[in-house]
Formats: sequence, structure tokens, C-alpha cells
Amino acid sequence: MAYFFKRDFPLLIQNNIAYLDSAATTQKPMQVINAISEYYKNANANPHRGAYKLSLESTKVYDEARKKIAKFINAKRENQIVFTRNATESLNLIAYSYGLNNLGSKDKIVLSIMEHHSNLVPWQYVSRKTGSTLEYMYINKTGEITDEEIDSKIVEGTKIVGITHVSNVLGTINPIEKIIKKAHSVGAISIVDASQSVPHMKIDVQKLDADFLVFSGHKMLAPLGIGALYAKSELLEKMKPFLFGGDMIEYVYEQNATFAEVPTKYEAGTQNVEGAVGLSAAIDYLNNIGMDFSENNEIKYSEEVKKCKTLKGMEVVQAIEKELTMYALEELQKLAFVTIYGPGGTENTEIFSASNNVRSAGWNNIENSQAGVISFNVNGVHPHDVASVLDSENVCIRSGNHCAQPLLRFMGLESTCRVSFYIYNTKEDVDRLIDALYKTKKLFAKWIR
Amino acid sequence: MDDLEEVYTNIIMEHSISTKNKYNLIEKDKEEHGHNPSCGDDITLEIKFDGNIIKDLSYAGYGCTISQGSASIMIDLLKGKSKEEAIKLIDIFLKMVNGEDVEEAELNMLGDAKYLKNITKMPARIKCASLAWETMRKMME
Repeated sequence: MAYFFKRDFPLLIQNNIAYLDSAATTQKPMQVINAISEYYKNANANPHRGAYKLSLESTKVYDEARKKIAKFINAKRENQIVFTRNATESLNLIAYSYGLNNLGSKDKIVLSIMEHHSNLVPWQYVSRKTGSTLEYMYINKTGEITDEEIDSKIVEGTKIVGITHVSNVLGTINPIEKIIKKAHSVGAISIVDASQSVPHMKIDVQKLDADFLVFSGHKMLAPLGIGALYAKSELLEKMKPFLFGGDMIEYVYEQNATFAEVPTKYEAGTQNVEGAVGLSAAIDYLNNIGMDFSENNEIKYSEEVKKCKTLKGMEVVQAIEKELTMYALEELQKLAFVTIYGPGGTENTEIFSASNNVRSAGWNNIENSQAGVISFNVNGVHPHDVASVLDSENVCIRSGNHCAQPLLRFMGLESTCRVSFYIYNTKEDVDRLIDALYKTKKLFAKWIR
Repeated sequence: MDDLEEVYTNIIMEHSISTKNKYNLIEKDKEEHGHNPSCGDDITLEIKFDGNIIKDLSYAGYGCTISQGSASIMIDLLKGKSKEEAIKLIDIFLKMVNGEDVEEAELNMLGDAKYLKNITKMPARIKCASLAWETMRKMME
């Protein structure tokens, strides 16, 4: 299925790899690579600086990219989008500009135990500097945060709630609408790490009512080094700048300075226009995706995917990933030597215990609680060894702690293997994964501890 | 034999599951902790000297086949050696796994550890192979 998307990705075509690490970074389509190349051939100059036409052109493409991002996540105004290097920088901006200035010793920061280090370590710093308390919402054995956990942790005195929309380790889709509502009910602001969701599903920041939402471009077909921060306007107006320097100022005197309007106030120094152009092209690519069911397409489609004929853009992305995720879970579940974690995991006995190959009623719920990220272990074999054997078969997966040490420690694990999908993946990639896992088992059979 | 089999040799596999060098010393003079933050491999070496001679050496911790196996092989090699000999052998090993030229005579001084040379075919895993040795080098300083 969806084989025809692969043809847009030169790296995947030239290397014949099963690339299953898109949660780390995605490959880039020709459309994005060309857009960057065209920018340097035709429009490169320092934006917001020169009084000549070329600089104006550079400013124009930069501003257009901002507009496109705003529309993509349905922000009310384009100046609610601040360009950053990545989600990590966006989160640091929030921690420094908002956290350090708005928290006191009686206040509480609540995070989920699933947070990536980027939405965790900055808050440890803020907590230490301001004397505020740092608490965690923990997960149950299927990798989910229960309503009781939300209600018992987000209470009066909570000022900040940080939550990842989709776990980069377990693929859990968190109930962020509920969490945001709860945060608001106790007077806290919400910070959504959408690094693993904006690339994969339709996000509407107004409907979510998120106060801050961040993501990285490189996880959604765009180049490395460009990311975004969305925030409610009143927060952006009120907050102090994060980085100081060129372009973010209005008047500069010997002893003081005034600052530019939002969002320029948060964009010090010459900006990554190439990145913004690439991100803009990536959004165009995602928005324009449609399904091709022509006869000469060799790929066999499932009935579910055929239903997507009427879908467009992010709906297609989501449909494809859903099918791949469910297929992979089903195939992995057949391997008795593999332990799967998260909502679709081995622990979820409700779904898998009934019989080996028959889906029980609970299966359908998994579709809505797990995105295209699956963590697992080959019993008795260290994930790095698994990754090396898979690499010998040109299957690329991630192994390690996925920048989420507190989560793995909470789960009693040192590391896991992780596969993650994007539109260019196919069921054939999953089959290659399964074959390579058999090879791993064979190689280590004699040596299992 | 493909690259995989040249790295995952019986020697490294056997050492990785063996517990003969994996324990805590009852009496130790020093310990050193080594860690690969990106992958989570975590090792602690414990040492007991008899004058200038490494009387006893052990490791504890967790990690992949390569990091554990390499630690065990290193301990077999360095136990009973003088501090100076140990440093010399560690430096030869680190040169070898980092793909630098090492003379045949020097390689042979490494005993079983010389079979880890093939790790150069798997660049992503060099830091696994060198973890114990880097940690030992630090402890000798």
C-alpha cells in the first residue's frame, strides 16, 4: 500500500532500506529538496534587512511560511507562530520566558512521565530556580494516563501542565483535550509537545484550546534546524524575550533597548529562511496528498485504505499509518519471543490473550489510542544488538532509551527497540522487519541469557 | 561470513553471558563508572592492587552483548598485569577499534581482545566495544 509515496524520496529509492525511524527524523521528498535549492538559486538574502528587492523576496518567503504553518494547525493569527530551531528550543523558550517569570515556591509543575527529555529537563531547571514543585502523572500497564491520575495530579496550585500529545516511546495518544481542560479549571496553563502528532494527524490549536504547542520540522519532511512554537496571543505579548540581539529590537540605546512586535521579539539573529521554506514545502506536500487506486499500481489495498479515496492530506497520512501500525502490531504479536509495550502491547491481555491470531473486541480501541510508534524487545537480546542485526538487513530502527529515561525507569526497562512509521512506509517494510527479527532470534538462540 | 558473524563471534557471545568477571569485589582499592548516555550502557569497574600489579578486577552493570563481552575479555587480559602494561594494552586496543594502524605483534599482545577488531565494520557499535576500556583507562590515571 501507498508504495507510490516512496518514489518521492530519493534516499529511500537509492538505498533500498526499510526506514522505520521516522519518530527520530523523517526522510525528505524531492519537493522539499527542490524548494530549498530554488530558494538559494532565486531568493537568498538576509530577511528584514536590505532595502533591495532580493531581501524583500527572502522576507516574503519567510513570512509566507509562517502563514502556512498557522493555517496548518488552525492558529487564529499568523503572529502566533514563532520560528525556532526545533521543539526543544521552543520548550526552552517557554521555560525561560514564561516559567522562570511566573512561578513561585507555592506553585506546582505537572508533567507526564512520558515526556521526552526536552519537555522535562527545562522544567527541572525552572523548578530548582523558582522553588516550585515538580510532579508527574504516571501511566498504567498499557502505557496510558487514567482519568483518576489526571484528576489527582492536576489540582489547585498547579501552574503549568506539560504533556506530550503522542508518546515518542510507546505511541500512546494522550487525552490532551481533557488534560488541557483540567489544567484550565485549576488556573494552570498547558504546554503541548506535538512533535509526534503534528506530522501525523490534523491538529486544531483553537479546538484544543492549547496555551502553548510546539513541534519540529524535521519530523514532518522538512529540513533539520527549523521548528515552531504556537502560543496564545496574550502570552506572547506578555512574556519577556528569550534570546537577545539583532532583529528582535525596536530602539537600542547604550544602556537599554525596546523590543520588536510579536513574533519578531522572539526571533533574534538572522533566521533559518531555508528551513522555513523547506517546512512550507513539506506542509504543501502533506496537504496535497491524495490516494491513487489506479489498476497499474501494483500494491494491494485493504478495504480500509480504499475508503480513503475520499480523504485528502492529513486524513490520508493518518489512515495509512493506522493500517501500518495495526498490521505491525498484529505481526509482532505472532512472535512469541517478542514483548510489545504500550496500548497495543503484550501486557494488554484484554486484546491478545484470547487466542493467537484472532483480534478481540478491544482491538478496535487500539486504533484510536496508539499512533505509528511501537516499542518492543526481543526477549533476552539487548536492543542495540537487535538494531545491529536489523541494520545488516537494511532495516533501520531506533534502540535505546529514546530520550525518555524517567519513563523507561518507571517501566523497569533499560532500553527498547522502537519502530515508527510515515507515509513512505509499506507493509513490505513491516515484513522485512519481521524477517530480520527471526534472523536475530536465530543468531542469538544459543546465547540467550 | 558476513560482517555480523565477524562481530558476533563465539568468543564475544560467550563472554557476554558469562558471569565469571561480573561481580562485586569484596575488597577494592578503587572503582570507576562508565556510561554511554545515548544508548544507556552502564558499567562499573572495581579494582584491587597488589603493589603495582592488578590483583583483581571485576565489572558490574548492564548493556549490550558487545559492551558486556568486551568488558569481560578486557578483565581476563588485564588481571595480573602491571599498571604500565595495562595502560599500554588499553591504548593498543583503543587504537585498534578506532581503525588506526596497529602492528601484528601489538595485536597479538591483546589475546582474545584482538577479535574485536572487526567492530570497525560496525561503526555504530565502536563505543560499545570501547566503553569498558575507556573506563579502565580513566581509572589508571
